[in-house]
Order: sequence, then structure tokens, then C-alpha cells
Amino acid sequence: MAEKTFKVTSESGIHARPATTLVNQAGQFSSDITLDYNGKSVNLKSIMGVMSLGIQSGAEITIKAEGSDAEEAIAALEDVMKKEGLGE
Amino acid sequence: MSEKISGIAASAGIAIAKAFVLQNPELTIEKKSVEDSAQEIDRFQAALEKSKEELTVIKDKANKELGEDKAAIFAAHLLVLSDPELVDAVKQKIESEKVNAESAMNDVSSMFIDMFDQMDNEYMKERAADIRDVSKRVLAHLLDVQFATPASISEEVVILAEDLTPSDTAQLNRKFVKGFATDIGGRTSHSAIMSRSMEIPAVVGTKTITEKVENGVMIIIDGLDGQVIIDPTQDEIATYEEKQKQYQNQKEEWAKLVNEKTISSDKVQVELAANIGTPADVKGVLENGAEGVGLYRTEFLYMGRDQLPTEEEQYTAYKEVLEKMEGKPVVIRTLDIGGDKELPYLNLPKELNPFLGFRAIRLCLEEQDMFRTQLRALLRASTFGNLKIMFPMIATLEEFRSAKSILIEEKEKLVKEGTEVSENIEVGIMVEIPSTAVMADTFAKEVDFFSIGTNDLIQYTMAADRMNEQVSYLYQPYSPAILRLVKMVIDAAHKEGKWTGMCGEMAGDPIAIPILLGLGLDEFSMSATSVLPARSQIRGLSKEKISAHIDEILQMDTMKDVVEFVEKNFK
Repeated sequence: MAEKTFKVTSESGIHARPATTLVNQAGQFSSDITLDYNGKSVNLKSIMGVMSLGIQSGAEITIKAEGSDAEEAIAALEDVMKKEGLGE
Repeated sequence: MSEKISGIAASAGIAIAKAFVLQNPELTIEKKSVEDSAQEIDRFQAALEKSKEELTVIKDKANKELGEDKAAIFAAHLLVLSDPELVDAVKQKIESEKVNAESAMNDVSSMFIDMFDQMDNEYMKERAADIRDVSKRVLAHLLDVQFATPASISEEVVILAEDLTPSDTAQLNRKFVKGFATDIGGRTSHSAIMSRSMEIPAVVGTKTITEKVENGVMIIIDGLDGQVIIDPTQDEIATYEEKQKQYQNQKEEWAKLVNEKTISSDKVQVELAANIGTPADVKGVLENGAEGVGLYRTEFLYMGRDQLPTEEEQYTAYKEVLEKMEGKPVVIRTLDIGGDKELPYLNLPKELNPFLGFRAIRLCLEEQDMFRTQLRALLRASTFGNLKIMFPMIATLEEFRSAKSILIEEKEKLVKEGTEVSENIEVGIMVEIPSTAVMADTFAKEVDFFSIGTNDLIQYTMAADRMNEQVSYLYQPYSPAILRLVKMVIDAAHKEGKWTGMCGEMAGDPIAIPILLGLGLDEFSMSATSVLPARSQIRGLSKEKISAHIDEILQMDTMKDVVEFVEKNFK
């Protein structure tokens, strides 16, 4: 199991376009990946799950992965967060 | 017999072609029990795959024709089709409840649609429409129903639909689709915005167009006046062909004026500026040949979020606008919140009369931290262009003096900290409260400029809520009462060697423009798309000739008299 916490710094939070990129990336891995925010936990491979959280700028989110490629998944998702200017 | 129905003019221009009625067939979902779950899941999977193939084609087409930005939505649609929460839930339902794929899909997608629909956020509500759009596609495949898709059109048509979904508009082929009309929607609905960016004439909100028209009937869409003519006569077609030609010629004439100055026939020059809400709007300002920004409404920086924007965020936005305008004047209005514009996170108490209450400068003078942050951001950005700062809703000279002294304090602090600040920032006020218009001669000694905000000035002068339909007859921009106030403000400014602008709807109004020119208004600020028509109009007017009639106009009894006089003499 691997996890990492981020602070969302992009001005408009995590909306459709960056959510699409994150979910696409999560879908590349076999591990179960979740996104925790504000006491709720959703499947990061589900676009509707991620969108339903309505994550705003300044939010603290945690991404957790469990499975054989958990470490790689977290590293790749961290990369997306940074490249898309979503957070750190 | 032809028939004319009215709607909302969403995108200018005239289209004449045969109707293509885009009807999304009613999808009747019957719940049936199915023993062979595995086969039913295969059927569901096949429908998903077919839908994905179609959406990929639409996405690529959108990418090519509308740009990556507009195509992004279809990438999200594709993800919905492979969303495990949706797909697994449907499969599970088929297995555990032994039901058919259609009803399982319909139940699960409805649950998601409801969830997004109930969210207290416009953006999320729109996502419900996205999910609905995607689910319909899958359901149509399961039911083997053919959708009339705009992609299949191969002759010149106008499209008639209840509303156009994002996937419909992306498939429109500009070569064949000459215009469209819808039953529902307003000027800012998705389909209206798309029609303007694609420059296709459109009328929305006709209520009944799809009921009244069948495929193949001739249709005229008049996106200038918001009319749709069904089965027009030969004479009507000829009339509208002429209107179409005139509009084309006019557009070409206007386009020639992009880099021209705004000079009346008797060589009086005025400035035509544009109103903006965000830095992204500057593109339209420049494309339409505006000579400056007459009103930058900073409220948008504060809206649609849950905390105040930082000094840095504001600085970045102001700097971007000033830089892109390359030294042309930019009037930035400090926060005008309250009235009909609320900021939930400020937790302001509800008021009985918000328009007469704690808003704009009144709020800023009380919540000084918030105000000072904005002023610092403005001062820091001032070296990147020609900044003018404007305070809204000033009712007394004391308010202006307080606001200005806070500005000077922040400026001195910045200079002491070693930050560079421009020495030539003009500081002016909005004139939207009658007391200020009446006292304009006194104000003119201390302010650098006035900008008349007509929407509020009219409602405060007439004591008529502009949101209330029953008193809408009192919204009289050309009333002699309003014109006399405008004259007082302009004359007072000129006496002190200052300038007066106008940043309400009225500044771009073809009836008001001759009067305002005659009154000596120096700057007209309007929506960017009105700039070229206004420039063209002013070039044909003689200021001297109108000025000679100004006293006569101000002595008229009613607004009706004023309008008739202007239409007769200065059009």
C-alpha cells in the first residue's frame, strides 16, 4: 500500500479537464486507487466519483493505492498532479 | 401561408434553408426479467463499445474543427463510458436482479444524474447534462433506435431542435448547417454560445419551433431580430435575402474600421472602449478595435469560490489586462459587490433592500483589509500599462475622500517598501447615484474623471427595480430626466478640464449614441461586439448639428418624444 497527500493549488480546483487526466492515468494501473477528501473516499478510476467531490482550490487530498503496482501508480499520479499544475 | 415566431436572438445573421428537425426519439425503457445474465452483460458491453467508437469520432472531429479546448468535454464523456462505478453497478444489477440491460443502465445513470442535478453548484448541474447525453447514446444502442445525427447531413439546412447538446453542436458541419433554432435556452445557454463562436445565425427559446415544423419545410432564421419564418413566401425570401446581403456588407464595412479612430463627420474625436469581466475578454476587445477598457468589473475575481482572492492572484489578473492593452487606457473598478451580486463567504446579513444597502464602496470602506489588498494589487500592477482606478457607488464627497486617502496610504507604504508604482494613475468615480450627479460640479474639483453607470443611475433616479417586470416601463434611458443628469455630469467635468465616460448599456445603444455625442461625452464603453457598429454610426454623425438641438431635446415632455426626434433627425 502506498499513499501521498497533496494540497490542491490550481485556482479552479479539480474540475473536468484535469480530473479526466487523473482518471485516465489511474486506469493504467491494476492497483485499487482511491481519492480521499473531506472525509469521503472515492474510486480514482471513476470520473463521476472524482467529479462528485467538487474539490476546490486549497483542499487537502490523499491518494491511496493498494496492489502490485501501488508504488508506480502513486509516482505516476504525483507526476500528473504536478504537470497539470493541480497541486503539490 | 407563412408563419412568424419570435425567440431570442442568439447569434447575428440570416439563414435561409430547408428544415432539418433534430428529434431525439423518446426512449421507452421497459423493465424485463432476463434469465441469461451473461448474454445480457455482453449486450451491454457491445453497446458501450459502439458508443465509445462514435464518441471517439466526434472527439477527433471536434479537436480538428473547434480546438482542443472544446473537445476536452468528449474526453470526459468517454471516461464516463468506462467509469467502473457506472459499468460495474449496471453489470451487478443485471446479475443480481435478473433484469435487462436497458433498465439497469437507465436506473444507474439516473441515480448519477440526480446526484449531480441536486448539487448546489451550476458547474456540477451541467455535468448532469453530460451524463444524460452519454447515457442516451448507450440506451439508443441497446434499444436499437436510430438517432438523427447532425453528422449525417449532406445538404444545406437549418437545424431545429428542442435544444442542442454538446455532442450535437460538435457534429455540426459548417458547410451545410446554415443556422439553427431551438425551443428552449437563452442568450447564455450552451447552444447560444456555440452559435456565436461558430458564427452561425441562431434563434433560441422559440418554445414551439419543433412542434410547428416538419423536415424539409423552408425556414428563415433571422438572428438579428430573433425571428423564425416558417414556409416563407417568395416575397419574404427576397426581402430576407436582401437583409442578408445588407448585413454581410455592413459587417465588411465595420471590419474596415478596426484600426480607425472614432471621429464624427465634423472632426470631433471620442474614445470607444469595451467592458470586460476577466483577462480572457481582452482578446475580444482588441479584435473589435476598442480603444481601451472602460470598465473592468473585478467582481468575477471574487465570485464562484469560497474565499477572497489573494493580492498575488489579483495582481496577476490586473497586470495581464494592462500588458495586453499595450498602453491603452484601462479603467479598473474596485469591488462592486452587494445588490444582486452576493459573495456567500463574506456572510453578509440579508437585507430588505439590497440595492439601497451595504454594497460596493460602502462595504469596502468598512471591510478595509479586503479593500487594501485590492488597492495594493492595483498599485503594483500600475507600472505595466495605463491604469485608471474607479470607485463604484459613491454618494458623497466624504466617501470619495476616504477611499482616495486609503489608496494614497497604500501607495506610500509600497513606495517605502521599494516597490515601483506609477505616478500617473487617474482616480475617478462611477456616477450612478443621483446625489452624485447633482453634486458633480463639486466632485469634479477632486476626481480625475467620471464614468456614468446608467443601469443603476436609471433605477435610482426612477426608483424602479430593474429586476421587477411590473415596473420595467420606468426603465427609461432616454427620459429627459436622465439626459439632464447626464448633461450636468459632463458639463461639470469639462468645466474643470476633466473627462466623462459612460459604461452602462446605454453607451452602445444606437438611439442614445447621437444624444450622448451631442452632450459631449468623451468616452463610450460598451460590450466589445458593439464597438464597430458604434464607430460606424458616429462617423456618420455631426456633433455640432446635434448639439444645436440638445436644449430642445432636454425640454421635451417624454421619452417617447425624444426617441421620435432622434429617429427622425439623426438616424
